[in-house]
Amino acid sequence: MTAEPISPTSGALRHRGGWWSGDRAFRTTTLACGGLVLAVLAAIALFLVVQALPAFRADSTSFWTTRTWQPDATPAVFGIAAVAFGSLLSSAIALLLAFPVAVGVALFITEMAPRRVANLLGYLTDALAAVPSVVFGLWGLYWLVPRLTPLQQWLADHLGFIPLFSAPQGVPSPSRSIFAVSIVLAIMILPIIAAMSRETIRQVDPQIKEAALGLGATRWEVVRTAVLPVSRAGLFGAVILGLGRALGETIAVALVLGISFDVNAHLLVPGKNTIAANIATQFGEAGSTGRAALIASGLVLFAMTMVVSLLARWMLGREARRRGASR
Amino acid sequence: MTGPVASGLRAAPGWRETRRRVTDRAFRAALLLAFLAAVAPLLLVLGYTVYRGASHLSAAFLTHSMAGVPPSSAGGGIYHAIVGTVEMVLLSSLISVPVGLLAALYLTEFGRGWLPRSIRFFVDVMTGIPSIVAGLFVYAFLVLGLHRGYSGFAGALALAVLQLPVVIRASEDMLNLVPDALREASYALGIPQWRTVLSVVLPTSAAGLTTGVMLAVARVTGETAPLLLTSFDNTFINNNPFSGPQSALSVFIYNSAQQAYAPAVDRAWAAALTLIVLVIALYAGARILARRSALRQR
Repeated sequence: MTAEPISPTSGALRHRGGWWSGDRAFRTTTLACGGLVLAVLAAIALFLVVQALPAFRADSTSFWTTRTWQPDATPAVFGIAAVAFGSLLSSAIALLLAFPVAVGVALFITEMAPRRVANLLGYLTDALAAVPSVVFGLWGLYWLVPRLTPLQQWLADHLGFIPLFSAPQGVPSPSRSIFAVSIVLAIMILPIIAAMSRETIRQVDPQIKEAALGLGATRWEVVRTAVLPVSRAGLFGAVILGLGRALGETIAVALVLGISFDVNAHLLVPGKNTIAANIATQFGEAGSTGRAALIASGLVLFAMTMVVSLLARWMLGREARRRGASR
Repeated sequence: MTGPVASGLRAAPGWRETRRRVTDRAFRAALLLAFLAAVAPLLLVLGYTVYRGASHLSAAFLTHSMAGVPPSSAGGGIYHAIVGTVEMVLLSSLISVPVGLLAALYLTEFGRGWLPRSIRFFVDVMTGIPSIVAGLFVYAFLVLGLHRGYSGFAGALALAVLQLPVVIRASEDMLNLVPDALREASYALGIPQWRTVLSVVLPTSAAGLTTGVMLAVARVTGETAPLLLTSFDNTFINNNPFSGPQSALSVFIYNSAQQAYAPAVDRAWAAALTLIVLVIALYAGARILARRSALRQR
């Protein structure tokens, strides 16, 4: 943080004016706009709760454990279990796939690439973040899924003894599975994880790295002993931020996944659903209870991403404060 | 280097040294692979979109709507969707840019204390709101709460919820680059703070602020999920964003991609190419402006 400039509203420099002055109006207006952020967040929580209440009243079963989604049937039977499971499963696998690559990219840009190349590479990963998610979904559905089917077939044949890769009914072709969705999600969250990791790694004190290099350490040893231990909290924050993005991604999942309400660990076969994709796909045909139920599930998603986001910001903030203190 | 003295001093490269060297090589190779793994999808997505979309893109496609064209037959176009996207993004920017800029001014000009700090924190948190939740919020508030029905304006509100934190963060970064010496010089002349901001701080950071705004615009141009719940979709041209459902490029792509008919999927690809070109133009414009900016980051 830079030092605060001397402000005319502070102390002796106070500008004289009556109860109304330009400065007072300026301060009030800007504060109102800043406060609007807090108001919007509060309003989101409030309106989702209010509009979700009818669904909770109408639900004839337990919202947290029911695996079916038939809110417009009589009696209404629906619950968050299946979709929440799908959200967590696809996000977890996407993180597993994206994290090593993202940290590799961040290290490549900060530690290995010449400056000119590093800038270009930075633009390229930013460009990946700029591609709209509906385009990723379209590409995933029509390019990736057909080409992924042989790989999924192979995994099921050779690693089928692992529950994750087993396919009791075989792998259909094409297979719009959680596996395919996770790959698309991994590509989509890669830029944000890479960018945050890059920020963290770039802030490592160069003197530590130079000291390690001076002792004859190789690049790998510098990274292992000087870079990674210092940036652990920041990298964790980056991962959590990626998790938030993966949980909230809607359209790409809705396009790529062959939707069902199963709860099982079979990654390679079509089926399962996520909270976000369920909202997008069910909304058009839902009746009034159905829409309230979707709002209820959106409330759960909102709460999940809020917790994740708060955690990530807290980790990243702690990292920054620690660095600030040690300098 | 290979003189008798040097080789005499050098320890024989034992297995430990070899292992270190090999590990380092493997590490560098892994980084390179990671990088290729990150760039490959970008090239594949862009390349395949151009390959599938270019052949169906034509002047007629850009200037006609889908009115009266069934999904199973060829023809029609995306004019109605372009109108929707442009109007919604403009409306959203009209809301979130002034508010976001003023909020950023509050954070940079009155940056101390618990209130600015918590606002800054919650702006960061707000960037993590899933886009579908923004759509649900506007649906719950405007459509269910105020009985206003689907409209481009509802879509624009949802986009504004997503755009606002991006505008604030980008503007705050740019305003922080204005040297404090400039502000202090202005105060020394007895100029009040609001005039200082208007005639010193804002002009100095104008190029940077424009860059930030363009990036924020690009970010919401391709949003789909919130629009499904707020502006819905329309096959007809609706020029009025304040009444009735409107289509958007992203929603058009989403709905066409799910059709079982080849002509619909072809239209989805052509619309995807249009959308990508639009977004990339915004990004490129922002980058060019950033390079011209007088203030440099780092």
